[in-house]
Amino acid sequence: MRRFLGVVLIAGAISAITGWVLTAPVSLDKTALAGITPDPERGRAVFFAGGCAACHSAPEASGEDRLLLGGGRGFATDFGTFYAPNISPHPEAGIGQWSVLELANALLYGTSPNGQHYYPAFPYTSYAQMTLEDAVSLHAFLGTLPLVDTPNRPHDVSFPFNIRRTLGGWKLLFNRGGWVVEGELTEQQARGRYLVEGLGHCGECHTARNLLGGVRLGAWLAGAPNPNGKGRIPDITAAGLDWSESDIAEYLKSGFTPEFDTAGGEMTDVIENTSQLTDEDRAAIAAYLKRVPGLP
Amino acid sequence: MKTSAILSAVSLAATLVAGTAFADDSRHAAVKARTAIMGLYANNLGQLGAMAKGEADYNAEAATKAANNLALLVQLDQSTLWPQGSDNGAMDGTRALPDLWQNFPDVMAKGEALGKAVTTMQGAAGTDLASLQAAMGGLGGACSACHKAYRAPEN
Repeated sequence: MRRFLGVVLIAGAISAITGWVLTAPVSLDKTALAGITPDPERGRAVFFAGGCAACHSAPEASGEDRLLLGGGRGFATDFGTFYAPNISPHPEAGIGQWSVLELANALLYGTSPNGQHYYPAFPYTSYAQMTLEDAVSLHAFLGTLPLVDTPNRPHDVSFPFNIRRTLGGWKLLFNRGGWVVEGELTEQQARGRYLVEGLGHCGECHTARNLLGGVRLGAWLAGAPNPNGKGRIPDITAAGLDWSESDIAEYLKSGFTPEFDTAGGEMTDVIENTSQLTDEDRAAIAAYLKRVPGLP
Repeated sequence: MKTSAILSAVSLAATLVAGTAFADDSRHAAVKARTAIMGLYANNLGQLGAMAKGEADYNAEAATKAANNLALLVQLDQSTLWPQGSDNGAMDGTRALPDLWQNFPDVMAKGEALGKAVTTMQGAAGTDLASLQAAMGGLGGACSACHKAYRAPEN
């Protein structure tokens, strides 16, 4: 009996240690970004493709005010309400003191400068696809934006989700580890895949989630219930959306549907970003979406 | 005396009922009319949009016609088409939010922004395809601004 207890204790200790190691936040090697030159103009394009302002600008902000990244918008989920933090270059209230490496760790791994896990309301499982060049350029562009001194509002999350270490397990389960759509892609479709699966993080809303809040990759972009209650976020796969590629590109540019009605709901914020992309990038997004088969 | 009192009570009731029915009819007529105007916008935007998307060949004359129609639509006096009590909480068949009636100055400002976007399109439509394509974004933004603030989502 005593021996059995000993075995159990040792096994428990080993799995606890293993778990602790496995759930540790991941970071880039300190030299990973050496030699990469930032390009603020490229960073601007990444900023809009990534939709940063849609979450980090003040609630209801529009137009130029969307470049004031004081945060404060609330996002209600099954796990609690998350409040977008200040990512303006303000040295105390914002992220003005972050090094480029710290920003890259946040974007690619969801790891904060003090080595904690971020909640996946911050779409790092998508941003994980971001090239290091884009991350470095985004850092440079964010530094050019106005300072905002809005203090961060703490998330309203209850036990056990308020223990950030548990997010290490979540990350192990839901790290995508590569592209969702694989196989032969044209150069244009591949660019679209980078924009949709990576920067644009379209799958965060357009794909249904499981009980643990992980994106169901088997139903990629096939639509989801609207977390804000009414209606559904539409299926945008080739099977689910009968718009032509030029319809999709025009929608992302001007917000007009093929019936010349306008986008609604959260998508109006998305259009404010996609309207800033190049025609080539919007066409690439459309080409990729037609390459996503969807559900039978 | 008694009979006439009853009669006037009945006629008063009849008037009230008829009044309500009339108000109801007029509100439905107003919703129908303003929805029709939206349809006219969509039709003319559709002609410009087809060219912008490359689904129709660019035609300066046709594009200018459509842009001029939009300019006429912006000029319409719609003040009688948005009566109190014609919001989506008060009746079916409309997605107009009650907020619209609380914020008329903002609604008017958004209307003026649409007017400017239409003027830009009037200048662009007959110039060339690239100008037309560039002006679509401004129009979309102006339409969306009002829809986002004052229209309920579908279903």
